[in-house]
Amino acid sequence: MTSTIPNPLSLIAELTHRCPLHCVYCSNPLELQSRTKELTTEVWSRVFKEAAEAGVLQADFTGGEPLARPDIVELVRAARSAGLYVNLITSGLPLDEAKLAALVDAGLDHIQLSFQGAREETANEISGTKSHAQKLRVLDWLKRHRVAVTLNFVIHRRNIDQLEEMLAFAGSSCATRIEFANVQYYGWAFANRENLLPTRVQLDQSLTLIKREQERLQGRIRVEYVVPDYYAKYPKPCMGGWGRKLMLITPNGDALPCHAAQVIPGLTFENVMDRSLCEIWEQSATFQKFRGEAWMQEPCKTCDRRELDFGGCRCQALLLARDAAATDPVCSLSPLHSKVDAILAGINTATSAQIFAQPSWLYRPNPV
Amino acid sequence: MTPELHSFPRLAPGCRLNEKTQQPRTLLMPERALRLNGPSLEIVERCDGQHTVEQIIVDLQKIYSKAEPHKVEQDILGYLTLLQKERALDFAL
Repeated sequence: MTSTIPNPLSLIAELTHRCPLHCVYCSNPLELQSRTKELTTEVWSRVFKEAAEAGVLQADFTGGEPLARPDIVELVRAARSAGLYVNLITSGLPLDEAKLAALVDAGLDHIQLSFQGAREETANEISGTKSHAQKLRVLDWLKRHRVAVTLNFVIHRRNIDQLEEMLAFAGSSCATRIEFANVQYYGWAFANRENLLPTRVQLDQSLTLIKREQERLQGRIRVEYVVPDYYAKYPKPCMGGWGRKLMLITPNGDALPCHAAQVIPGLTFENVMDRSLCEIWEQSATFQKFRGEAWMQEPCKTCDRRELDFGGCRCQALLLARDAAATDPVCSLSPLHSKVDAILAGINTATSAQIFAQPSWLYRPNPV
Repeated sequence: MTPELHSFPRLAPGCRLNEKTQQPRTLLMPERALRLNGPSLEIVERCDGQHTVEQIIVDLQKIYSKAEPHKVEQDILGYLTLLQKERALDFAL
Protein backbone atom coordinates (compact mmCIF):
# COMPACT_ATOMS: atom_id res chain seq x y z
CA MET A 1 0.00 0.00 0.00
CA THR A 2 1.23 3.51 -0.72
CA SER A 3 1.34 6.18 1.98
CA THR A 4 -1.27 8.26 0.17
CA ILE A 5 -4.40 6.75 1.67
CA PRO A 6 -7.33 9.09 1.03
CA ASN A 7 -9.19 10.13 4.17
CA PRO A 8 -12.71 8.87 4.79
CA LEU A 9 -15.46 11.40 3.96
CA SER A 10 -18.52 9.70 5.41
CA LEU A 11 -19.18 7.73 8.54
CA ILE A 12 -22.16 5.41 8.40
CA ALA A 13 -23.22 4.95 12.01
CA GLU A 14 -25.41 1.87 12.28
CA LEU A 15 -26.67 2.78 15.74
CA THR A 16 -28.86 -0.26 16.30
CA HIS A 17 -30.34 -3.20 14.44
CA ARG A 18 -33.67 -2.81 16.22
CA CYS A 19 -36.42 -1.64 13.87
CA PRO A 20 -40.22 -1.47 13.83
CA LEU A 21 -40.18 -2.38 10.11
CA HIS A 22 -39.38 -5.77 8.59
CA CYS A 23 -38.51 -4.77 5.02
CA VAL A 24 -37.84 -7.62 2.64
CA TYR A 25 -34.78 -5.84 1.17
CA CYS A 26 -33.21 -4.61 4.42
CA SER A 27 -29.47 -3.89 4.04
CA ASN A 28 -28.68 -5.21 7.50
CA PRO A 29 -26.83 -8.53 7.67
CA LEU A 30 -28.85 -11.72 8.08
CA GLU A 31 -27.26 -12.09 11.50
CA LEU A 32 -28.53 -9.10 13.47
CA GLN A 33 -26.70 -7.75 16.52
CA SER A 34 -28.57 -7.66 19.82
CA ARG A 35 -29.36 -4.59 21.91
CA THR A 36 -27.13 -5.70 24.77
CA LYS A 37 -24.03 -5.39 22.58
CA GLU A 38 -24.76 -1.85 21.33
CA LEU A 39 -22.13 0.87 21.89
CA THR A 40 -22.81 3.41 24.65
CA THR A 41 -23.40 7.14 24.13
CA GLU A 42 -19.86 7.85 25.35
CA VAL A 43 -18.19 5.51 22.88
CA TRP A 44 -20.20 6.86 19.95
CA SER A 45 -19.28 10.41 21.01
CA ARG A 46 -15.60 9.49 20.94
CA VAL A 47 -16.04 7.83 17.54
CA PHE A 48 -17.57 11.04 16.11
CA LYS A 49 -14.61 13.09 17.35
CA GLU A 50 -12.13 10.62 15.90
CA ALA A 51 -14.03 10.63 12.62
CA ALA A 52 -13.91 14.42 12.34
CA GLU A 53 -10.19 14.34 13.14
CA ALA A 54 -9.67 11.76 10.38
CA GLY A 55 -11.32 14.12 7.87
CA VAL A 56 -14.88 12.78 7.83
CA LEU A 57 -17.41 15.46 6.84
CA GLN A 58 -20.73 13.69 7.22
CA ALA A 59 -22.29 11.23 9.63
CA ASP A 60 -25.21 9.16 8.42
CA PHE A 61 -27.22 7.86 11.35
CA THR A 62 -28.89 4.65 10.34
CA GLY A 63 -29.90 1.27 11.74
CA GLY A 64 -32.19 -0.56 11.99
CA GLU A 65 -34.15 2.42 13.13
CA PRO A 66 -31.79 4.98 14.70
CA LEU A 67 -34.69 6.55 16.61
CA ALA A 68 -34.93 3.29 18.58
CA ARG A 69 -31.93 4.59 20.54
CA PRO A 70 -33.20 6.47 23.61
CA ASP A 71 -30.06 8.67 23.48
CA ILE A 72 -30.57 9.74 19.86
CA VAL A 73 -30.76 13.47 20.71
CA GLU A 74 -27.47 13.27 22.62
CA LEU A 75 -25.85 11.39 19.75
CA VAL A 76 -26.93 14.06 17.24
CA ARG A 77 -25.55 16.77 19.52
CA ALA A 78 -22.25 14.90 19.95
CA ALA A 79 -21.76 14.40 16.20
CA ARG A 80 -22.67 17.99 15.38
CA SER A 81 -20.38 19.43 18.03
CA ALA A 82 -17.58 17.23 16.72
CA GLY A 83 -18.03 19.22 13.49
CA LEU A 84 -19.94 16.68 11.40
CA TYR A 85 -22.94 17.19 9.13
CA VAL A 86 -25.63 15.00 10.67
CA ASN A 87 -28.04 13.06 8.49
CA LEU A 88 -30.73 10.87 10.04
CA ILE A 89 -31.96 7.98 7.91
CA THR A 90 -35.28 6.94 9.39
CA SER A 91 -38.63 5.30 8.82
CA GLY A 92 -40.13 8.08 10.95
CA LEU A 93 -42.17 5.55 12.90
CA PRO A 94 -40.95 6.25 16.45
CA LEU A 95 -40.95 10.03 15.84
CA ASP A 96 -43.23 12.59 17.48
CA GLU A 97 -43.20 16.34 17.08
CA ALA A 98 -41.44 17.06 20.39
CA LYS A 99 -38.66 14.60 19.56
CA LEU A 100 -38.22 16.20 16.15
CA ALA A 101 -37.91 19.66 17.73
CA ALA A 102 -35.27 18.31 20.14
CA LEU A 103 -33.31 16.74 17.28
CA VAL A 104 -33.33 20.00 15.31
CA ASP A 105 -32.23 21.90 18.41
CA ALA A 106 -29.35 19.42 18.86
CA GLY A 107 -28.09 20.28 15.37
CA LEU A 108 -29.66 17.75 13.02
CA ASP A 109 -28.88 18.87 9.45
CA HIS A 110 -31.04 16.64 7.31
CA ILE A 111 -33.55 13.81 7.42
CA GLN A 112 -33.83 11.03 4.92
CA LEU A 113 -37.33 9.65 5.30
CA SER A 114 -37.88 6.21 3.82
CA PHE A 115 -41.06 5.30 1.98
CA GLN A 116 -41.97 1.80 0.89
CA GLY A 117 -44.41 2.99 -1.79
CA ALA A 118 -46.82 5.77 -2.73
CA ARG A 119 -49.82 3.58 -1.91
CA GLU A 120 -50.67 2.38 1.52
CA GLU A 121 -51.23 -1.30 0.61
CA THR A 122 -47.87 -1.73 -1.19
CA ALA A 123 -46.01 0.14 1.52
CA ASN A 124 -47.54 -1.89 4.31
CA GLU A 125 -46.92 -5.20 2.56
CA ILE A 126 -43.25 -4.48 1.88
CA SER A 127 -42.49 -3.19 5.37
CA GLY A 128 -44.50 -5.94 7.05
CA THR A 129 -46.20 -3.37 9.26
CA LYS A 130 -48.67 -0.48 9.08
CA SER A 131 -46.46 2.52 8.60
CA HIS A 132 -47.72 4.76 5.83
CA ALA A 133 -50.12 7.01 7.78
CA GLN A 134 -47.46 7.88 10.36
CA LYS A 135 -45.03 8.88 7.57
CA LEU A 136 -47.58 11.38 6.30
CA ARG A 137 -47.80 12.95 9.77
CA VAL A 138 -43.99 13.13 9.92
CA LEU A 139 -43.92 15.02 6.63
CA ASP A 140 -46.24 17.65 8.11
CA TRP A 141 -43.98 18.14 11.14
CA LEU A 142 -40.88 18.35 8.95
CA LYS A 143 -42.50 21.14 6.98
CA ARG A 144 -43.54 23.00 10.14
CA HIS A 145 -40.01 22.78 11.59
CA ARG A 146 -38.36 23.65 8.25
CA VAL A 147 -36.17 20.54 8.26
CA ALA A 148 -34.30 19.64 5.09
CA VAL A 149 -35.69 16.36 3.85
CA THR A 150 -34.95 13.77 1.23
CA LEU A 151 -37.66 11.23 0.48
CA ASN A 152 -36.15 7.86 -0.11
CA PHE A 153 -38.07 5.26 -2.07
CA VAL A 154 -36.54 1.82 -2.41
CA ILE A 155 -37.56 0.60 -5.85
CA HIS A 156 -38.32 -2.93 -7.03
CA ARG A 157 -40.68 -4.88 -9.26
CA ARG A 158 -43.74 -4.26 -7.10
CA ASN A 159 -43.51 -0.47 -6.94
CA ILE A 160 -41.41 0.59 -9.95
CA ASP A 161 -44.65 1.25 -11.87
CA GLN A 162 -45.68 3.79 -9.21
CA LEU A 163 -42.83 6.27 -9.82
CA GLU A 164 -45.17 8.90 -11.20
CA GLU A 165 -47.38 8.70 -8.12
CA MET A 166 -44.31 8.88 -5.88
CA LEU A 167 -43.11 12.00 -7.71
CA ALA A 168 -46.53 13.66 -7.39
CA PHE A 169 -46.55 12.77 -3.72
CA ALA A 170 -43.05 14.17 -3.22
CA GLY A 171 -43.90 17.31 -5.19
CA SER A 172 -46.70 18.11 -2.75
CA SER A 173 -44.37 17.66 0.25
CA CYS A 174 -41.58 19.89 1.57
CA ALA A 175 -38.82 17.63 0.17
CA THR A 176 -36.05 19.24 -1.87
CA ARG A 177 -34.60 15.92 -2.88
CA ILE A 178 -35.97 12.51 -3.85
CA GLU A 179 -33.89 9.43 -4.05
CA PHE A 180 -35.22 6.44 -5.95
CA ALA A 181 -32.83 3.66 -5.13
CA ASN A 182 -33.37 0.33 -6.80
CA VAL A 183 -32.80 -2.55 -4.44
CA GLN A 184 -29.21 -3.77 -4.30
CA TYR A 185 -29.06 -7.52 -3.91
CA TYR A 186 -27.31 -8.41 -0.66
CA GLY A 187 -28.54 -9.82 2.62
CA TRP A 188 -32.33 -9.89 2.86
CA ALA A 189 -32.74 -8.55 -0.67
CA PHE A 190 -30.54 -11.34 -2.04
CA ALA A 191 -32.80 -13.86 -0.32
CA ASN A 192 -35.90 -12.19 -1.83
CA ARG A 193 -34.37 -11.37 -5.22
CA GLU A 194 -36.69 -13.60 -7.27
CA ASN A 195 -39.61 -11.43 -6.19
CA LEU A 196 -37.92 -8.04 -6.28
CA LEU A 197 -35.92 -7.69 -9.50
CA PRO A 198 -37.82 -5.54 -12.01
CA THR A 199 -38.26 -6.59 -15.63
CA ARG A 200 -36.32 -4.98 -18.47
CA VAL A 201 -39.52 -3.33 -19.74
CA GLN A 202 -40.24 -1.85 -16.32
CA LEU A 203 -36.69 -0.55 -16.02
CA ASP A 204 -36.70 1.08 -19.48
CA GLN A 205 -40.01 2.81 -18.78
CA SER A 206 -38.72 4.08 -15.46
CA LEU A 207 -35.58 5.52 -17.07
CA THR A 208 -37.60 7.52 -19.60
CA LEU A 209 -39.89 8.86 -16.91
CA ILE A 210 -37.05 9.83 -14.56
CA LYS A 211 -35.17 11.71 -17.26
CA ARG A 212 -38.27 13.74 -18.12
CA GLU A 213 -39.05 14.51 -14.48
CA GLN A 214 -35.45 15.46 -13.65
CA GLU A 215 -35.65 18.15 -16.31
CA ARG A 216 -39.09 19.33 -15.24
CA LEU A 217 -38.16 19.61 -11.57
CA GLN A 218 -34.67 21.08 -11.98
CA GLY A 219 -33.87 23.78 -9.42
CA ARG A 220 -36.89 22.77 -7.30
CA ILE A 221 -36.44 19.10 -6.44
CA ARG A 222 -33.31 17.13 -7.09
CA VAL A 223 -34.22 13.66 -8.35
CA GLU A 224 -31.66 10.89 -7.98
CA TYR A 225 -32.13 7.48 -9.55
CA VAL A 226 -30.00 4.48 -8.71
CA VAL A 227 -30.48 1.70 -11.29
CA PRO A 228 -30.33 -2.00 -10.41
CA ASP A 229 -26.79 -2.93 -11.33
CA TYR A 230 -27.80 -6.38 -12.64
CA TYR A 231 -29.02 -4.46 -15.73
CA ALA A 232 -26.01 -2.16 -16.03
CA LYS A 233 -23.22 -2.57 -18.57
CA TYR A 234 -20.55 -1.78 -16.00
CA PRO A 235 -20.62 -2.23 -12.23
CA LYS A 236 -21.11 0.58 -9.73
CA PRO A 237 -18.06 1.97 -7.92
CA CYS A 238 -19.30 0.31 -4.75
CA MET A 239 -18.89 2.60 -1.70
CA GLY A 240 -16.75 4.81 -3.96
CA GLY A 241 -14.10 2.10 -3.80
CA TRP A 242 -13.21 -0.17 -0.87
CA GLY A 243 -11.61 1.86 1.94
CA ARG A 244 -11.55 5.04 -0.12
CA LYS A 245 -14.45 7.17 1.09
CA LEU A 246 -16.71 5.48 3.59
CA MET A 247 -16.53 3.67 6.84
CA LEU A 248 -19.40 1.84 8.52
CA ILE A 249 -19.60 1.16 12.23
CA THR A 250 -21.99 -1.60 13.30
CA PRO A 251 -24.10 -1.35 16.49
CA ASN A 252 -21.41 -3.17 18.51
CA GLY A 253 -18.53 -1.10 17.11
CA ASP A 254 -17.09 -3.26 14.35
CA ALA A 255 -15.59 -1.13 11.55
CA LEU A 256 -16.61 -2.26 8.07
CA PRO A 257 -15.69 -0.98 4.60
CA CYS A 258 -19.33 -1.57 3.51
CA HIS A 259 -22.73 -2.78 4.74
CA ALA A 260 -22.36 -6.33 3.51
CA ALA A 261 -18.64 -6.98 4.11
CA GLN A 262 -19.37 -9.62 6.74
CA VAL A 263 -20.42 -12.07 4.00
CA ILE A 264 -16.81 -12.26 2.81
CA PRO A 265 -15.09 -15.21 4.49
CA GLY A 266 -11.70 -14.71 6.10
CA LEU A 267 -12.08 -11.02 6.92
CA THR A 268 -11.75 -9.90 10.54
CA PHE A 269 -13.25 -6.63 11.63
CA GLU A 270 -11.54 -4.45 14.17
CA ASN A 271 -13.65 -2.78 16.81
CA VAL A 272 -13.67 0.87 17.87
CA MET A 273 -13.44 -0.31 21.48
CA ASP A 274 -9.92 -1.58 20.76
CA ARG A 275 -8.40 0.93 18.33
CA SER A 276 -9.00 4.47 17.11
CA LEU A 277 -11.01 5.01 13.96
CA CYS A 278 -8.02 6.52 12.21
CA GLU A 279 -5.77 3.54 12.98
CA ILE A 280 -8.41 1.13 11.75
CA TRP A 281 -8.89 3.11 8.54
CA GLU A 282 -5.18 3.31 7.79
CA GLN A 283 -3.82 0.06 9.14
CA SER A 284 -6.41 -2.68 9.50
CA ALA A 285 -5.88 -5.62 7.16
CA THR A 286 -9.53 -5.59 6.17
CA PHE A 287 -9.52 -1.98 4.97
CA GLN A 288 -6.26 -2.66 3.09
CA LYS A 289 -7.54 -5.87 1.54
CA PHE A 290 -9.23 -4.43 -1.57
CA ARG A 291 -7.81 -0.92 -1.47
CA GLY A 292 -5.88 0.17 -4.54
CA GLU A 293 -5.34 -2.29 -7.41
CA ALA A 294 -2.90 -4.95 -6.23
CA TRP A 295 -5.69 -7.45 -5.46
CA MET A 296 -7.32 -7.20 -8.88
CA GLN A 297 -7.64 -10.08 -11.31
CA GLU A 298 -8.18 -9.94 -15.06
CA PRO A 299 -10.09 -8.38 -16.70
CA CYS A 300 -10.02 -5.61 -14.03
CA LYS A 301 -6.25 -5.59 -13.68
CA THR A 302 -5.63 -4.10 -17.11
CA CYS A 303 -9.04 -2.48 -17.65
CA ASP A 304 -9.27 1.23 -18.48
CA ARG A 305 -12.24 1.54 -16.15
CA ARG A 306 -10.50 0.18 -13.03
CA GLU A 307 -10.13 3.66 -11.51
CA LEU A 308 -13.77 4.47 -12.27
CA ASP A 309 -15.52 1.48 -10.74
CA PHE A 310 -12.70 -0.26 -8.80
CA GLY A 311 -13.86 -3.64 -10.10
CA GLY A 312 -17.41 -3.17 -8.77
CA CYS A 313 -18.65 -4.62 -5.54
CA ARG A 314 -16.59 -7.16 -3.57
CA CYS A 315 -19.60 -8.57 -1.76
CA GLN A 316 -21.49 -9.05 -5.00
CA ALA A 317 -18.43 -10.80 -6.47
CA LEU A 318 -18.51 -13.14 -3.49
CA LEU A 319 -22.26 -13.76 -3.74
CA LEU A 320 -22.32 -14.36 -7.51
CA ALA A 321 -18.80 -15.60 -8.35
CA ARG A 322 -17.94 -17.16 -4.97
CA ASP A 323 -14.70 -15.14 -5.04
CA ALA A 324 -14.52 -11.69 -3.43
CA ALA A 325 -11.50 -10.71 -5.56
CA ALA A 326 -13.19 -11.53 -8.88
CA THR A 327 -14.53 -8.92 -11.27
CA ASP A 328 -18.08 -8.09 -10.17
CA PRO A 329 -20.16 -10.44 -12.37
CA VAL A 330 -22.66 -7.68 -13.19
CA CYS A 331 -19.88 -6.20 -15.39
CA SER A 332 -20.41 -7.11 -19.04
CA LEU A 333 -16.65 -7.80 -19.23
CA SER A 334 -16.75 -10.39 -16.45
CA PRO A 335 -16.11 -14.00 -17.56
CA LEU A 336 -19.01 -14.94 -15.27
CA HIS A 337 -21.46 -12.38 -16.62
CA SER A 338 -23.60 -15.19 -18.07
CA LYS A 339 -24.71 -15.95 -14.49
CA VAL A 340 -26.35 -12.53 -14.31
CA ASP A 341 -27.80 -12.91 -17.81
CA ALA A 342 -29.37 -16.21 -16.74
CA ILE A 343 -30.98 -14.58 -13.67
CA LEU A 344 -32.38 -11.77 -15.84
CA ALA A 345 -33.56 -14.18 -18.55
CA GLY A 346 -35.53 -16.10 -15.93
CA ILE A 347 -37.43 -12.94 -15.04
CA ASN A 348 -37.80 -11.45 -18.51
CA THR A 349 -39.18 -14.61 -20.12
CA ALA A 350 -41.69 -15.34 -17.36
CA THR A 351 -45.36 -14.50 -17.84
CA SER A 352 -46.89 -11.51 -16.13
CA ALA A 353 -48.94 -13.86 -13.94
CA GLN A 354 -45.75 -15.57 -12.76
CA ILE A 355 -43.95 -12.28 -12.24
CA PHE A 356 -46.66 -10.79 -10.08
CA ALA A 357 -47.80 -13.93 -8.25
CA GLN A 358 -48.12 -13.41 -4.53
CA PRO A 359 -44.64 -14.13 -3.14
CA SER A 360 -43.80 -15.79 0.13
CA TRP A 361 -41.49 -13.11 1.50
CA LEU A 362 -38.64 -13.69 3.86
CA TYR A 363 -39.23 -10.82 6.29
CA ARG A 364 -36.39 -9.39 8.32
CA PRO A 365 -37.07 -10.09 12.02
CA ASN A 366 -35.93 -8.07 15.02
CA PRO A 367 -32.69 -8.94 16.81
CA VAL A 368 -33.10 -10.96 20.01
CA MET B 1 -31.84 29.77 -16.17
CA THR B 2 -29.75 32.75 -15.08
CA PRO B 3 -30.30 34.09 -11.55
CA GLU B 4 -32.25 37.34 -11.33
CA LEU B 5 -29.90 40.23 -10.41
CA HIS B 6 -32.21 41.65 -7.76
CA SER B 7 -32.96 38.33 -6.06
CA PHE B 8 -31.44 37.32 -2.72
CA PRO B 9 -29.73 33.92 -2.89
CA ARG B 10 -29.76 31.90 0.32
CA LEU B 11 -28.46 28.43 1.10
CA ALA B 12 -31.28 25.90 0.80
CA PRO B 13 -32.44 23.86 3.80
CA GLY B 14 -29.89 21.17 4.62
CA CYS B 15 -27.00 23.13 3.08
CA ARG B 16 -24.46 24.97 5.20
CA LEU B 17 -20.84 26.00 5.37
CA ASN B 18 -18.69 24.15 7.85
CA GLU B 19 -17.31 26.21 10.75
CA LYS B 20 -14.71 28.92 10.18
CA THR B 21 -12.25 26.92 12.29
CA GLN B 22 -12.52 23.88 10.01
CA GLN B 23 -10.19 23.64 7.02
CA PRO B 24 -10.68 23.38 4.15
CA ARG B 25 -13.88 25.40 4.08
CA THR B 26 -16.60 23.19 2.65
CA LEU B 27 -20.22 23.56 1.58
CA LEU B 28 -22.04 20.65 3.19
CA MET B 29 -25.14 19.32 1.42
CA PRO B 30 -27.28 16.18 1.66
CA GLU B 31 -24.99 13.31 0.61
CA ARG B 32 -22.52 15.73 -1.01
CA ALA B 33 -19.88 18.25 -0.14
CA LEU B 34 -18.12 20.93 -2.14
CA ARG B 35 -14.66 22.20 -1.23
CA LEU B 36 -14.50 25.98 -1.49
CA ASN B 37 -11.58 28.31 -1.99
CA GLY B 38 -10.99 31.92 -2.98
CA PRO B 39 -13.86 33.24 -5.10
CA SER B 40 -16.20 30.27 -4.52
CA LEU B 41 -15.96 30.81 -0.76
CA GLU B 42 -16.46 34.59 -1.17
CA ILE B 43 -19.64 33.88 -3.15
CA VAL B 44 -21.11 31.22 -0.86
CA GLU B 45 -20.42 33.33 2.27
CA ARG B 46 -22.63 36.01 0.72
CA CYS B 47 -25.50 33.64 -0.09
CA ASP B 48 -27.15 34.54 3.21
CA GLY B 49 -30.44 36.05 2.06
CA GLN B 50 -29.04 39.54 2.82
CA HIS B 51 -27.09 40.17 -0.41
CA THR B 52 -28.62 40.46 -3.88
CA VAL B 53 -26.91 38.76 -6.79
CA GLU B 54 -25.93 42.24 -7.97
CA GLN B 55 -24.32 43.11 -4.62
CA ILE B 56 -22.32 39.89 -4.70
CA ILE B 57 -21.06 40.81 -8.15
CA VAL B 58 -20.07 44.33 -7.05
CA ASP B 59 -18.31 42.97 -3.93
CA LEU B 60 -16.29 40.45 -5.88
CA GLN B 61 -15.40 42.93 -8.59
CA LYS B 62 -13.83 45.02 -5.80
CA ILE B 63 -12.00 42.06 -4.25
CA TYR B 64 -10.76 40.85 -7.65
CA SER B 65 -10.17 44.32 -9.09
CA LYS B 66 -7.42 43.10 -11.39
CA ALA B 67 -9.82 40.77 -13.21
CA GLU B 68 -12.01 41.96 -16.05
CA PRO B 69 -15.36 43.03 -14.41
CA HIS B 70 -17.55 41.39 -17.06
CA LYS B 71 -15.65 38.13 -16.67
CA VAL B 72 -16.17 38.24 -12.87
CA GLU B 73 -19.91 38.76 -13.41
CA GLN B 74 -20.16 35.87 -15.85
CA ASP B 75 -18.22 33.56 -13.51
CA ILE B 76 -20.47 34.42 -10.56
CA LEU B 77 -23.68 33.89 -12.55
CA GLY B 78 -22.30 30.58 -13.79
CA TYR B 79 -21.40 29.46 -10.28
CA LEU B 80 -24.79 30.46 -8.82
CA THR B 81 -26.52 28.55 -11.63
CA LEU B 82 -24.43 25.49 -10.82
CA LEU B 83 -25.34 25.72 -7.13
CA GLN B 84 -28.99 26.12 -8.05
CA LYS B 85 -28.84 22.97 -10.15
CA GLU B 86 -27.31 21.19 -7.17
CA ARG B 87 -30.38 22.39 -5.26
CA ALA B 88 -28.11 24.23 -2.85
CA LEU B 89 -29.72 27.69 -3.25
CA ASP B 90 -33.09 29.36 -2.93
CA PHE B 91 -33.63 32.79 -4.51
CA ALA B 92 -35.96 35.20 -2.69
CA LEU B 93 -37.28 38.31 -4.45
